[in-house]
Amino acid sequence: MPDNPRENTDRIYLFVCFDPMPLLRKIILSLMLWLLAVSGSPLSAAIGHDHPTATKYESITDRSFAWPSVDEWVRVLTLRDYNTRVVLVGTTLLGIAAGILGCFTLLRKRALMGDALSHATLPGIGIAFMLAVMTGGTGKSLPILLLGAAVSGVLGLAMILLIRNLTRLKEDTALGIILSVFFGAGVAVLGVVQSMGKGHAAGLESFINGKTASMVASDAQLIACVAALVVFFCVALFKEFRLICFDADYAKSQGWPTILLDVVMMSLVIVVTVIGLQAVGLILIIALLIVPAAAARFWTERLVVMLMIAGLLGAASSLIGASLSALLPNFPSGAMIVLTATVFFLISMFLGAERGVFIRWANRWKFEKKVRRQHLLRAVFELVEGDEIGAGTPAYPISFQDLLAMRSWSARRLSREVGRAVRDGLIIETYAADRKIKFTQQGFREAALVVRQHRLWELYLITHADIAPSHVDRDADTIEHVLGPDMMAELEALLFTTGVPASPHKVETQALPGH
Amino acid sequence: MLNNHSIPARTRGADHSPESPLSIHDLTVAYDRKPVLWDVDLEVSAGKLIGIVGPNGAGKSTLIKAVLDLLPRASGHVNIFGKSYKESRARVGYVPQRESVDWDFPVSALDVVAMGRYRKIGWCRPVTRSHKNAAMEALDRVGIANLAHRQISQLSGGQQQRAFLARALVQDADLYLMDEPFAAVDAATETAIVGLLQNLRERGKTCLIVHHDLQTVREYFDEVILMNMRVVAHGPTETTFTEENLRKTYGGKLTLLGEAAEANARQSAGKH
Repeated sequence: MPDNPRENTDRIYLFVCFDPMPLLRKIILSLMLWLLAVSGSPLSAAIGHDHPTATKYESITDRSFAWPSVDEWVRVLTLRDYNTRVVLVGTTLLGIAAGILGCFTLLRKRALMGDALSHATLPGIGIAFMLAVMTGGTGKSLPILLLGAAVSGVLGLAMILLIRNLTRLKEDTALGIILSVFFGAGVAVLGVVQSMGKGHAAGLESFINGKTASMVASDAQLIACVAALVVFFCVALFKEFRLICFDADYAKSQGWPTILLDVVMMSLVIVVTVIGLQAVGLILIIALLIVPAAAARFWTERLVVMLMIAGLLGAASSLIGASLSALLPNFPSGAMIVLTATVFFLISMFLGAERGVFIRWANRWKFEKKVRRQHLLRAVFELVEGDEIGAGTPAYPISFQDLLAMRSWSARRLSREVGRAVRDGLIIETYAADRKIKFTQQGFREAALVVRQHRLWELYLITHADIAPSHVDRDADTIEHVLGPDMMAELEALLFTTGVPASPHKVETQALPGH
Repeated sequence: MLNNHSIPARTRGADHSPESPLSIHDLTVAYDRKPVLWDVDLEVSAGKLIGIVGPNGAGKSTLIKAVLDLLPRASGHVNIFGKSYKESRARVGYVPQRESVDWDFPVSALDVVAMGRYRKIGWCRPVTRSHKNAAMEALDRVGIANLAHRQISQLSGGQQQRAFLARALVQDADLYLMDEPFAAVDAATETAIVGLLQNLRERGKTCLIVHHDLQTVREYFDEVILMNMRVVAHGPTETTFTEENLRKTYGGKLTLLGEAAEANARQSAGKH
């Protein structure tokens, strides 16, 4: 029996009736309100209220490990102190923004451009630090460092576009050049910064691997606000981004400024990179842009749902990763966040409801089961039909031995299959003198349908595809199980038959020597 | 208030009256300085089904893309209903080649068709019920309304092609440019598309269709444009789709020429 396709469309239809866009807007709005409630009111109190761990800048090579005390666990997990709370809100919003934006860059096939752009931010950070120190500051002002990172990132983007448009080099080459050259320059600049002898420079290294512990409340507030802004842009431009991701040429022909939209998308990537520098670091931020989006794709065939899932996974990865890093200050939060995201990815890859590995195995298994059932029903039908007395008597009993000879199946496999059909009420088994099998009413009806499908397809192959009758059985055997009702209707119209047509070839037993 | 500027404005307004849907003057298009289209001059008449035929690499798709401003022109200009493409964009429907997009994209057939309305909807606004209804109607016209909510990778090649056609239909344009809508589709889809094209012609629309099957040219098109990096011949199918012109178009490519001549001979034999 072919699966009823209406079942499927009904389910999808129900899904469509539920329009997730208003919900998405509500979630974003409430998140922003929550953020304001948590961090907004005592703004002045926040500044200068640095937790001891927050000011502890250590070298990247410091790997001494201390298991956190129970007290610390409680402090972090219950969000007891203000700083932890704000930092977690900030990184969570960052995760949402990266997850949602990542869906678009993934579908635009620009995922790796994010990597190049994030690496391109490093020299900007170093130079901004130097300039700040030279003008008399401490160099530790986050907005200035982020501004430097952004300028440097935009410069990288401009150079990628320049290389791509002015030369015949391909985009991946341009990305490789910008990534390595800018990162190399950044490392050199950091070397200069360190030789300047200002002690605070060590903190810059947390930008490479990420360190939420180096974040203070005001940093987190800035990050949260900018992340919310990125999400807002993605929601507002949802329709436009979907269009250029799917069919950029068509978008252009319709008058959409595709280059501008691409630049906006890539600028948002730079923005996410910049605000993710502290939490995730520039080497691993690309993972937060790719992994949640890729994981979300396993769960759905709808873009809106994919965005929501990616946002959720990004948020969860950031939250869990940042909490872990807060507990274990010597583990870079970037690595923790990415590892958490990877766990989500693996779960999605195997358990994903639409494209996961398991669901595909399950479908394959269900299909094979259906094929085995159809083979059994057809074999019994053809035996009954071929018998002089049995023809025209649906419930005519046939012997198990005859059935065994119909196909190349083992007695054990056939027994198991017959047992299943008996349980489903399609066949009745009797053990009088020898083992006999007969149809129930329902079994006969289903078998007639299966045989009809098989023979219509055979007829089609003979009359329209010009294939020798002796070869059609094997061909029909492979395709008949996947014929849908619309295809059957077409075949019917083409062949002008109703009911079960006679077999176009002699029904032969398939038993081979040795079976 | 009348002023001096109103007079030329009115003259321009007169351009609205029966203008050619598409006129191309001296169009040359080059990829990396190597021309792929030379001095194309075309004047297309309204309300016709026009086939664009030529060998691979003859610049058929390039012509369409150049008309749509998707490719930079080396020289020449294009007028659509007497105006530039930019100005008459809303009146032009484009059906790209099916292979030009990744069909494994998380959208439904309805979503794809609704994209034809995005320009009308405008920046940052959601696709409302009325636009979805219009998209549904277009899907119905191409005969796959029952598949509206299916993800596009679960559609057959012919159904995907129909979704693309519906996306152009939903725009309600006056000039349609279609890039190989008949490529690799099943017989049912081919029939459906032909019916649709005839319906468009009845409603006075003009369709330019890149076509690769010489056998069906006489049956499907009122006019034919034979191309091989330039326009070899253009005119009513009856008088233009001749063995002589086909030889000029496919010159050198003997197998294709043979096929074309054969098709032509069969068609002529059928006529007498």
